[in-house]
Amino acid sequence: MPFPVSDLILIVPELFLTAVALGLLIYATVVSREKEGAIAWMALAALVLTGVLLFVPFSSVTSLPQIGFAGMFAVDKFSLFFKILILAAAAVTILFSLRFIGSSPYPGGEYYCLILLTTVGMLFMVSGVHLVSIYIALELMALSQYVLAGYFKQETKSIEAAAKYFVLGAFSSGVLLYGLSLVYGAARTLTLTGVAQALAASPKAPLFILGIILVACGLFFKIASAPFHVWAPDVYEGAPTPIAAFFAVGPKLAAYAIFARIFYSGFGPGSADWTVIVAASAALTMVVGNVGALMQENVKRLLGYSSIGHAGYALMGFLGYGTDFGLPALMIYLASYALMTLGAFGLVVMLETKGYAGESVDDFNGLARKNPTAAAAMLVFLLSLTGIPPTVGFIGKYYLFTSAMKAGWFWLALLGVLMSAVSLFYYFRIVRAMYLVDGEGELRWKEEPAVSAAVIACLAGTLLFGILPQPLVSWAKACLLN
Amino acid sequence: MLDSITSLDLLGADILTTLLFLPSLGALLLLAVPAEAKQAIRAMGLLFSGATLLVSAKIALRFDPATPGISGFRVDYPWMESLGIRYQLGIDGFALSLVVLTTLLTFCVLLVAAGQDLQRFKGYVVSFLILETGMLGSLVALDTILFYVFWEVMLVPMYFIIGIWGGKRRIYAAMKFFLFTLVGSLLMFIAILFLAIQHQKTTGILSFSLLDWMNAAKSNAWALTPGMEALVFGAFALAFLVKVPLWPLHTWLPDAHVEAPTGGSVILAGVLLKLGTYGLMRFALPLFPNATMKFTPLIVGLALVGVVYGAWVAAAQKDMKKLVAYSSVSHLALVVLGIFAGNAEAAAGAIYQMIGHGLTTGLLFMLVGVLYDRRHTREMADYGGVARQVPVTTTLFVIATLGSIGLPGLNGFIGEFLILAGVFKVNVVWCAIAATGMILSAIYMLTLIQKVFWGPVTQPVNNGLTDINIWEFLGAMPLVAGIVILGVYPGPVLDLLKPSITFVLEAARLHP
Repeated sequence: MPFPVSDLILIVPELFLTAVALGLLIYATVVSREKEGAIAWMALAALVLTGVLLFVPFSSVTSLPQIGFAGMFAVDKFSLFFKILILAAAAVTILFSLRFIGSSPYPGGEYYCLILLTTVGMLFMVSGVHLVSIYIALELMALSQYVLAGYFKQETKSIEAAAKYFVLGAFSSGVLLYGLSLVYGAARTLTLTGVAQALAASPKAPLFILGIILVACGLFFKIASAPFHVWAPDVYEGAPTPIAAFFAVGPKLAAYAIFARIFYSGFGPGSADWTVIVAASAALTMVVGNVGALMQENVKRLLGYSSIGHAGYALMGFLGYGTDFGLPALMIYLASYALMTLGAFGLVVMLETKGYAGESVDDFNGLARKNPTAAAAMLVFLLSLTGIPPTVGFIGKYYLFTSAMKAGWFWLALLGVLMSAVSLFYYFRIVRAMYLVDGEGELRWKEEPAVSAAVIACLAGTLLFGILPQPLVSWAKACLLN
Repeated sequence: MLDSITSLDLLGADILTTLLFLPSLGALLLLAVPAEAKQAIRAMGLLFSGATLLVSAKIALRFDPATPGISGFRVDYPWMESLGIRYQLGIDGFALSLVVLTTLLTFCVLLVAAGQDLQRFKGYVVSFLILETGMLGSLVALDTILFYVFWEVMLVPMYFIIGIWGGKRRIYAAMKFFLFTLVGSLLMFIAILFLAIQHQKTTGILSFSLLDWMNAAKSNAWALTPGMEALVFGAFALAFLVKVPLWPLHTWLPDAHVEAPTGGSVILAGVLLKLGTYGLMRFALPLFPNATMKFTPLIVGLALVGVVYGAWVAAAQKDMKKLVAYSSVSHLALVVLGIFAGNAEAAAGAIYQMIGHGLTTGLLFMLVGVLYDRRHTREMADYGGVARQVPVTTTLFVIATLGSIGLPGLNGFIGEFLILAGVFKVNVVWCAIAATGMILSAIYMLTLIQKVFWGPVTQPVNNGLTDINIWEFLGAMPLVAGIVILGVYPGPVLDLLKPSITFVLEAARLHP
């Protein structure tokens, strides 16, 4: 497929990040174990620079959207919204990893390169407007993820996580690909706009309907929504904690972005029947995630189940299709989810000294006395995850519930608030441990400037956007799909 | 003097904003104080709660009872502009009376705390100051989302107050309190969203303002079908009735009260329960007049059960705190009855009783706390004949009790009399049933006094009991004064409440 060379300018940030990742990979083979920290800082710098580059090739962002590579790759505000969030999530992950990986017996070089390559995959994903480019980007992300999940290769749990993730991930990719091929068969085109036109012409074609169902199932896997969620708690538990944080946020952001793009731009205009599937999955996901979290003793598993629950809430955003609340609700919610989830994971990272030590709920016992600031920060993140004002989680839920209700899904909104009450129960087990229970013995707590800085940034965002949400709301509304 | 102290408006903020955020500012500043500096923490807590009390006093002095609607000291700024959510505050006589009650009780609680030996004292003071902001915000917010935010803000500090400084089963009680109230308020949240969507759909205006909604309700501009109105009313009523708490939603209350520390119990009984009845009058009745009419028999029925049940169960208690807790269930049920009786006397009595109950029950909990701090037991059987050892405590306790059971000359009489008089006009049977609750209350309260204070000393250990200390005395005195003043001179307060009551009843289409 020919394309003008000038299109390359559209993917300068992605090219840059790829080049850095590969360069660092080579550098990692020659650098000594002690100096691997430098790789992390270079990776971090590369992420920041990529963020800057996102805005460079264009005189002003008003010249967006631009589509290049024969309709495969779009630079629009929607993709920029997600790219910023994804780069931030990756940067936070690197800050979380510095000591975590440095003090582990595993080399750090490839680790940071894999994070960068995952990020590249995600950046391509959110810009994809063509079924094939979306799929390839998704695989780039997923393959890097499998390796990261099993990075602690001496640990059984890590290997188990990677194996499960790989098998289920590969299977779901297969389902997704099959769905995409059916859509292609029906539409005879791979671009989303083409699909939309074809679907408008024959909305009830069986091939389309089957394709849409399979694509939805494949994507439900990626965002870990029920009934395709079972991998998530195991993977979060087994993966290194910073990676669990990354998985809970980054890939989900990207998956939601392509979900929105495929369903809104591709399947949306022709037939809105897919909302029923989404609603069913949302309901099931909220229940499974929140009820499942009740029984968890391991904080990472608990946060894993909670992130399933949140995937259920977020799916409500898709239901507002056609109202002025759906897509902004989803975007605002995802931004808030990223802030509070990363923050909470950051505190879990600080709680661990190495490897798998210190991740049961009881390990938080007495934190409020030992480190009141950290406990207060965790409290804010947990309140935000529950959706209690004045935190950003409340704003996110406000939008999602309104979106669902505007689209007529009252019972779903009702289920959502009931599940929020359930979620209070397990989030507050951590609060109880921190504040109400006295810790026995030494609390394994490692203060670390890099992690603290990242947590403080998340905390500031959680509170600031909770009290004054207007900037976040305006930003999301300025970045809608067109 | 008063003016010079309270004229330091924060950053040029208006007086209601100052009132709201003065306690939070104190809490914020306290974070910088080291936890060991108990003197400084005590001083800061008293300074900020005292200043808040003065600001509320200033509002009370400046407030003109003739102000129509809920427009006193109105503040109105856009907050989340694109959503139509506003920072809208306003006050009327009704809200004002509860605002003063709130600031007074918080100050008294911190006075009492100053004399107590509390673990993690800083956290205790910070919790109460944040709680105060939440309570005051719920009382003066006119935007429903803003109201909801403050309503939820109250939960977390109260959870900690019960959970950290509470008794043996504190963790269970704290969680139960949180869950019960959260379920109710989340349903209310959905109802609020629904109403805003409906309001926008029918009137074209995106607004969460109570005032706009009241206009819509008046003309039924938002075209609620009876079914929709019943559901939405149900969600609001549930949120408020859990807080009240009306039988059979009351089960969290005895647990919370028994486990909470003294200050927690005082605020819980004194203010938090009143916010439930406040919410009913402020939101549920005026916004949903038809549903109110429809649900009145049900709620009145529950209230009547509650009056008798609460009193009956209180009479069977051996634990003093549990006894007072169940007496609250009974008294608050009477308040609910007064609200739903639908005439001006009963409504005035209900509000008067809210204030009065806040003072008497606050004082009772405070004094039970005094005894508990010395003997570490709340069982009545562990005391007996302590009047000789603790004469001041005994005197105060007797005053609180007489206020609570409605002795003429003290506050309880006015409120109860007005409620019963109003209810009598509507239905004699209701009145008769409610009156039994009053009789029972005299029985169990006087029995309590007899068992604990009168007679010979039954346990030698009580011979060494020390009387109330200066901090506790200072904390109790304002409440005693309030009980007496409200009892002998109800005129000004009733005049203050009258316009609010007319306003509410007119909106609820119940003719005053």
